[in-house]
Amino acid sequence: MVNLTVDGKNISAPKGTMLLEAIRGAGISIPTLCAHEAVSRSGACRLCVVEIKKGNRTRIVTSCLYGVEDGLVVNTKSDRVLNVRRLVMELLLARCPESDVLQKLAKELGVEPQSRFVADTDKGKCILCRSCVRVCEEVVGVSAIGLFARGPHKTVGTPYNEKSDVCIGCGACVYVCPTGHIEMTSTEDKRKIWGRTFKMQACTKCGKFFAPVDQLKFISKKTGTPLEELKICTECR
Amino acid sequence: MEENQDVQAHQVIEETRLKYDPKKNVITVCAGTGCRAYGSLKVKEALEAELQKQNIKAEVVATGCLGFCEKGPMTVIHPHKYFYQSVKVEDVPEIVSKTVAKGEVISRLFYRHPETQKTLFREEDLPFYKKQLRVVFGKNGMIDPTKIDDYLAIEGYQALAKVLSEMTPEQVINEVKKAGLRGRGGGGFHAAVKWEGVRKAHGDPKYVIANGDEGDPGAYMDRSLMEGNPHSVIEGMIIGAYAVGSSQGYIYVRNEYPLAVTHLTLAIEAARERGLLGKNILGTDFSFDIKINKGAGAFVCGESSALFASIEGRAGEPRAKYVHAVEKGLYDKPTVLNNVETWANVPLIINKGADWYASIGTEGSKGTKIFSLVGKINNTGLIEVPMGTTLYEIIYDMGGGIPKGRKFKAVQTGGPSGGCIPESLLDLPVDFDKLYEVGSMMGSGGMIVMDDTSCMVDVARYFTTFLEEESCGKCVPCREGVRRMKEILDDICAGKGQEGDVELLEKIATGVADGSLCALGGSAPNPVLSTIKYFRHEYEAHIKEHRCPAGVCKALITYSIDAEKCTGCGACIKVCPVQAITGEKKKAHVIDDKKCTRCGACIESCKFDSIIVK
Repeated sequence: MVNLTVDGKNISAPKGTMLLEAIRGAGISIPTLCAHEAVSRSGACRLCVVEIKKGNRTRIVTSCLYGVEDGLVVNTKSDRVLNVRRLVMELLLARCPESDVLQKLAKELGVEPQSRFVADTDKGKCILCRSCVRVCEEVVGVSAIGLFARGPHKTVGTPYNEKSDVCIGCGACVYVCPTGHIEMTSTEDKRKIWGRTFKMQACTKCGKFFAPVDQLKFISKKTGTPLEELKICTECR
Repeated sequence: MEENQDVQAHQVIEETRLKYDPKKNVITVCAGTGCRAYGSLKVKEALEAELQKQNIKAEVVATGCLGFCEKGPMTVIHPHKYFYQSVKVEDVPEIVSKTVAKGEVISRLFYRHPETQKTLFREEDLPFYKKQLRVVFGKNGMIDPTKIDDYLAIEGYQALAKVLSEMTPEQVINEVKKAGLRGRGGGGFHAAVKWEGVRKAHGDPKYVIANGDEGDPGAYMDRSLMEGNPHSVIEGMIIGAYAVGSSQGYIYVRNEYPLAVTHLTLAIEAARERGLLGKNILGTDFSFDIKINKGAGAFVCGESSALFASIEGRAGEPRAKYVHAVEKGLYDKPTVLNNVETWANVPLIINKGADWYASIGTEGSKGTKIFSLVGKINNTGLIEVPMGTTLYEIIYDMGGGIPKGRKFKAVQTGGPSGGCIPESLLDLPVDFDKLYEVGSMMGSGGMIVMDDTSCMVDVARYFTTFLEEESCGKCVPCREGVRRMKEILDDICAGKGQEGDVELLEKIATGVADGSLCALGGSAPNPVLSTIKYFRHEYEAHIKEHRCPAGVCKALITYSIDAEKCTGCGACIKVCPVQAITGEKKKAHVIDDKKCTRCGACIESCKFDSIIVK
């Protein structure tokens, strides 16, 4: 076990634990938007910053990526930490003024929108946390979406914003998106996502439409399970 | 190391080594990118043709950059060492018939001292060069960078031979440590500490990388080293590889530096042919090779983890570096990444010894540093000075001061994310720590000089715009924060600044500096913070008085004509692109403020200094 101090409290955590988990485990809350359990961490949102002290040196680190160390002194509420968190929230509120998730979190953190910033109208609710990109690459394994351009022009999407040949319409990106930015619309036998319409498979037993045909084909290919077996919904299996 | 290997290593070097003969009839022509743009290759061709025509035996050598870019193309006639500047093809017949054939001088081609008007014959007489100590960069002028024999002739690869035959890897690291070599790319991290870390780290293979992703506007010292003396960088890397136990190296160089890529490629091939790169270097059991990796020009790819990502074929985005590159760098293997100039210093340290090296510079910053001197400065170019040289010496003694006798206002050091240093700090000795103390940084050594016609809010806006575009966009504070700072700066320059903007800028800047993922975001607020620190009054004049003191921000200035000075010559009427100026001949002219776009064409055209900008 590794022993460290957080906000004056002595805590211990197994070696290899990230500060975020260790601190939350001690009952201290830390906000995050981009750390999702399904995907690897990027440290993009910077909300989970904490101030650490090693020897005489203090610095700001993202707790989601910094592993516990013996003797580390962590401050989760220093002025520097709160200043970064406040700024991140103000910047995100100005980027995605419509996001109810951000508004709620801002309220919890006591952050008001910065009136000097002109709110964006073209970014939707996307905060570029990249959870969708990571789940598509790391969990689904198709990399149908990615990040494009740099700096203020950065966006998430399919290559050249064209219909993706590799997308299987699984909707994992929708599931991990923290703000509900990614649009997926469904009718009974069709699902529309990233500009493509997917045909849904009807369960061969109960007749209920339950998954995109492309997704079942992909799973069949990947696992070697005959496609026919996959055409039965989870409830009837 | 075994004795026979020791003998062999020296033999190979000695066999290939030529003696540099200073008495030889050699004409060198600077062929750096700047001088090439001035037509130096045509001058070289003309010299060769003319020598043949006049049947005179002399060698013409196209060398690397000599640094005095303001006066290119530069041509030096040996053995007299006559230093001719701004040479044109038309000058060539006379140069050959008089100077090369008879040793006679051509007065008009020499540099004249701007104050005394005295003719200065040799490089070392010029004020630009006099106070320089060109131990790394000076060799550019002695060699044809495409010829390995030229490099060998000036003791090239001697340091490598010495290292391989006489020193253990630990001794090499100790020597570099004793020399106090710090990274020339920006951070100023101690090179030997990195090397030691990689030597001790577990992982195979280990990588050695030269960072040639020089992206600062106006900076080109690394380019000039890669173009002008590529072997010095390669030799440094081989020594570093031996010290840390690496078998594979990379040079990451911008694709926008085609000449550097060509010269590095030639140099790597030549070094391989001579057994200086590849398997069993100089007959020892040490093997190491180098690949060139061309970058696509993203500024952020100069950041170590983004650079690794780029070499690995991924998007050039930094990642959190809580595990250092010495343990997990390129492909998650132990990696030494040093800047081009840092590597070029290594052979020098080995050849001349750590004590000699450490005798140059200040307490915390040893050796020399190459700076690119650009902006409002008389002598644009590259200079190499001992660490600790003052800004005044650099700008006035070497740089020759500000053109048209204007007043110095600030110098931006450290590239776009450096800071602006005001006149009151001109006596500052330039080294890593001193620049940091005043809110700027060494960066890779860019220096942009500004005079009283530069608006510091506009300057901050320029660099912040650059950084907004070059932010990779991964983390929120850098992507969104720099953009919001830029929007506020746009407003201030457009006369739409609000009370409280300066304080808000400071607040955003602090958060961006603290909260960003990498050093680009961490230092991106520097232009804003340093201009607020030293030129707050200019921000306030813009916001509170709707006035741009330097007369730059178009929304805040008006152009008018001083009726007493105006002679009614009509020159301004002719150049005004929007017909905003009217007036009869020999009578004072008038500018229509509604039509005027503040382009400044009238100011350029007026010989009587009668255009008033307020």
